[in-house]
Amino acid sequence: MVMQSLEIRRSSASVWGIPSGIRTLPTVSKYIDTSTCIGCKACEVACQEWNDLRPVQTTQTGTYQTMPTLHPEFWNLIRFNEQNYDGGIAWIMRKDQCMHCDDPGCLAACPAPGAIVQYANGIVDVNQDLCIGCGYCESGCPFDVPRFHATTGKMAKCTLCVDRTTVGLEPACVKACPTGCLQFGTKDDMVVLGNQRVAQLQSAGYKNAALYNPAGVGGTGVVTVLAHGNHLDWYSLPADPHVPILTRLWKHVVRPLGMVAIAGAVIGAFGHFTKFGRKEVPGSGDSGVQPPPA
Amino acid sequence: MTNGWVDIKNADVILAMGGNPAENHPVGFRWFLEAKKTRGAKLVAVDPRFTRTASQADLYAPIRPGTDIAFLNGIIRYALADKSRYHEDYVRLHTNGPYLIGDAYKFEDGLFSGFDAAKGEYQKESWGYNPDAKTKAYGVDPTMEHPRSVLQLLKQHVDRYTPEMVERICGTPKETFLKVAQIVTSTGNAARVGTITYALGWTQHSTGVQMIRAAAILQLLLGNVGRPGGGVNAFRGHSNIQGATDMAGNFEILPGYLKTPTSAMTDLHGYLDQSTPSTLNKQGWASMNYFVNYPKFMVSLLKSLYGKDATKDNDFGYAWMPKVDGNYSWMYMFDDMYRGSSMRAGGKEPGPEGFITFGMNPVGLGPNSKKMIGALSKLKWMVVVENLETETAQFWKAPREYEGGDASKIQTEVFLLPASSFAEKDGTFTNSARWLQWKWKALDAPGDAKADQEILARIFLAVRDLYKKEGGALPDPILKASWAYTNPANPDLGDVLKEINGRALTDIPDPKDATKMLRTAGQQLDGFGQLQDDGSTMCGNWLHSGCFTEAGNNAQRRVTADPTGLGMYHNWGFSWPANRRIMYNRASADADGKPWDPKRIGIQWNGEKWVGDVPDMKPDAPPGTFGAFIMLPEGVGRLYSPVLNDGPFPEHYEAIEAPVKNALHPNVTSSPVSKRFSTEHDKYGTVDKFPIVCTTYRLTEHFHYWTQHHLNGRLNEIQPGFFVEIPEGLAKERGIANGSQVKVSSARGAIQGVAMVTNRLTPLKIDGKQTWQIGFPIHWGFGAAEGHRGPLANMLTPSAMDPNTWTPEYKAFLVQVEKA
Repeated sequence: MVMQSLEIRRSSASVWGIPSGIRTLPTVSKYIDTSTCIGCKACEVACQEWNDLRPVQTTQTGTYQTMPTLHPEFWNLIRFNEQNYDGGIAWIMRKDQCMHCDDPGCLAACPAPGAIVQYANGIVDVNQDLCIGCGYCESGCPFDVPRFHATTGKMAKCTLCVDRTTVGLEPACVKACPTGCLQFGTKDDMVVLGNQRVAQLQSAGYKNAALYNPAGVGGTGVVTVLAHGNHLDWYSLPADPHVPILTRLWKHVVRPLGMVAIAGAVIGAFGHFTKFGRKEVPGSGDSGVQPPPA
Repeated sequence: MTNGWVDIKNADVILAMGGNPAENHPVGFRWFLEAKKTRGAKLVAVDPRFTRTASQADLYAPIRPGTDIAFLNGIIRYALADKSRYHEDYVRLHTNGPYLIGDAYKFEDGLFSGFDAAKGEYQKESWGYNPDAKTKAYGVDPTMEHPRSVLQLLKQHVDRYTPEMVERICGTPKETFLKVAQIVTSTGNAARVGTITYALGWTQHSTGVQMIRAAAILQLLLGNVGRPGGGVNAFRGHSNIQGATDMAGNFEILPGYLKTPTSAMTDLHGYLDQSTPSTLNKQGWASMNYFVNYPKFMVSLLKSLYGKDATKDNDFGYAWMPKVDGNYSWMYMFDDMYRGSSMRAGGKEPGPEGFITFGMNPVGLGPNSKKMIGALSKLKWMVVVENLETETAQFWKAPREYEGGDASKIQTEVFLLPASSFAEKDGTFTNSARWLQWKWKALDAPGDAKADQEILARIFLAVRDLYKKEGGALPDPILKASWAYTNPANPDLGDVLKEINGRALTDIPDPKDATKMLRTAGQQLDGFGQLQDDGSTMCGNWLHSGCFTEAGNNAQRRVTADPTGLGMYHNWGFSWPANRRIMYNRASADADGKPWDPKRIGIQWNGEKWVGDVPDMKPDAPPGTFGAFIMLPEGVGRLYSPVLNDGPFPEHYEAIEAPVKNALHPNVTSSPVSKRFSTEHDKYGTVDKFPIVCTTYRLTEHFHYWTQHHLNGRLNEIQPGFFVEIPEGLAKERGIANGSQVKVSSARGAIQGVAMVTNRLTPLKIDGKQTWQIGFPIHWGFGAAEGHRGPLANMLTPSAMDPNTWTPEYKAFLVQVEKA
């Protein structure tokens, strides 16, 4: 996407990780209150319609959940889960999509310069022009979000409707939500809202209610209110997400070392050239060798 | 709804029963959550399944389908057991609780007095109030302790509904039931208010009306009717079904719920005499009995129908109105069609030979699909006005299992007229809250598709031309019909709304000031208060009057100011009647006109007039002048109702197909006055062959039988195929795996779908016996778009119905389940 080149906080495969944009903006966030989500899927349809994604062929497999997991043409999925709770049932509905991590594993893992960017407001976006479709971002993401799109050969995921939010609109999913369980605003505001709701849930008897905003990825651009914060598995949320060690190792050790090695190789080659001059290829020149037929 | 969507935010307790609002009304459901978040309101969900609504509830109680009366009567009993649990002052003031009932009324062994076994009907004479022989005023006991007082009779009637009995009938564990009763009755006082919301989960039973009655009785006892945050609130299933009902969607009513005349009512005078209720006085207060104005509503309607040809001398054209004898409701109509004969006016007549259906899909939505399809096969012709090719439009292509017969032998000539969709025309939607809201056309209809009004108009004009040319047996009803639209072949819906609102036909003097005119000829009326019975006004629907005044089209108003702070929004759209947002709002105040709760004021008396919402009361009548329920002849809310066809109090009867005998009176298991049919398709199953209780419902992802035909695949993507919800234990017992194919059969047919095995449905212990229950959604059909086909759910539902509304019993029947 990359609409706002002045607003880039971080960019993939930028060796030193320095901000390449000029503007500073408050970090934004989506607020999801799973305790007032009714799983109506208006957000699923709004996401597809706004982003002009094609319908995915699905089949009824014995669940209210639209499909088992996210899809390159389906970036916003309500996960349904039935759990025994308090002598009855808890029917969990959790909206799954890109979490827009403060420290995005996808961006860390991406080897293509500028293919994944984080804007000054925290939104993490895939630049389809520069994406090489290698799929490294998939392995770097602790939330299993990015998907390889076979038709475009690129990676795809929720953009937090950067094309809407940039012009002052809320994301399509938030716009469509009928119950108000989705909100959009600055991260600070959304965290305040989330903490208030958590306190309300706790006083209503949900002692383990919690706000999901995991520190392992520097916090997320999607803060989620959970009535059962002690059962993250009910929500298919990782307990302690972080950028995989291997990605870090690759990003901060191997890759810089590689850069050094490349630089060393270039310097070595230059030195070799200055010392020994151009390498003669035997048989080059007017040797009468014919190019192969076209 | 007596109240409105937004008003739900004012409730302290919300009982969601007989409906699944989070599923079917997700946008309105926001007000449930608003009440929970801002007021700490308690949401109680009572449903056979743990639903999307239950997922948001503070308390969920399971219940066996069709036993809601037992549950509600149980709460009524619980409330009456202790004066702190019901609002006694309110009951004394605003209900018929103190009224005395005649000695002839009885309830014994499952039958109310007056049962005529031969006809299968009640003769209601014995149910009346007990008038004083001399004064004709009926008896009242303000202490409500007289044994024949309504309150004591009610107490006596519900005494059998102990928590143990509720558990035995409904399967709801006693402790859970008591928790529900405690929360609901916590609003039985001035300080707190609760609302009850329902939908088709109550309506679609052979005892549907009495379920809703039970809720109304409970709300009256708790003092919750008429108050902000209270009421009995029906959630309607289509965007404009409220409007359709208001405009005479049923055969037995005319627009504004006036009565359809019968052939015995030979002239207008006789009709008005029988239709206008006489005032029943009184309980200290007079009854306003606003329906004494019935002649004004009717004459103005006749003037709108027959225009200049309606004169005082010809009874305003009353003779031209169709007189309806017999029953033209859905199932009777299809029964007549199927049998090819009708028993109208007491004699045998041929059945209908033609059928026009607009914007509905009878094959999908009627119960007992085989009979629906069989009935259409007997017709000579059928016109389907639709924007998609529904199952009805292609009924003759029904697969073999629907037993529709050999298509080559079906003689029905089918015409499919392409109609435009809701977005392709303007007009109003009347929502569940009775708000008329104008909508503007968003895009042109494709191809030859036309708006409904144009199709209707062109048929009418063509028929009228035929009558003009050829005469005919009874040409006047058509030739004299008024058709005064700017464009007769395609009436502007603004014109139609003006006609519905009504206008003055001559100058109408102001009764309060002889020098002034109330209205001058041609002016739009301000409301039904200006209607006249002398032919000087016309009005298409008195109840909607005020929607299009001289100020303009009030349905188009979009003012978001809300000075009440209670979500009334008086300048948003128009709410019938009279732009009133809460019906019976006089009951929100005490005898002196002071609000029960000063923080939630419906209306209050300021010394000169009633202020707040538009008062449901004569605006300048001081407290004590009239009773709060101005539309009822007795002027108070009815804990006891002598007018319904199945009894003055709600009584638990089993569904027509039930797994057990009635625990209260085994000799009268199902409603003695509910209706059923007798063709070879009208089969009713028994528990030995069909031991599982089944119910049907809708999904948030789909809209009726429509979305499966839709070319936009998104809704099928998010809810891709027909499924059957089966409890885990039953699935285990029958070897059914989640996601595998399962066959469900009833006495009427069998269907197949994907098993959704879940803990959200639990077996219930009914009368000591473990009883399984399952359910499945409607929406699918054989005529859907490629890849979206599925069975018609109604293949399995029975031809049984409520004796008041003739609504089919879609919500409780018996089935068998097996691996497919």
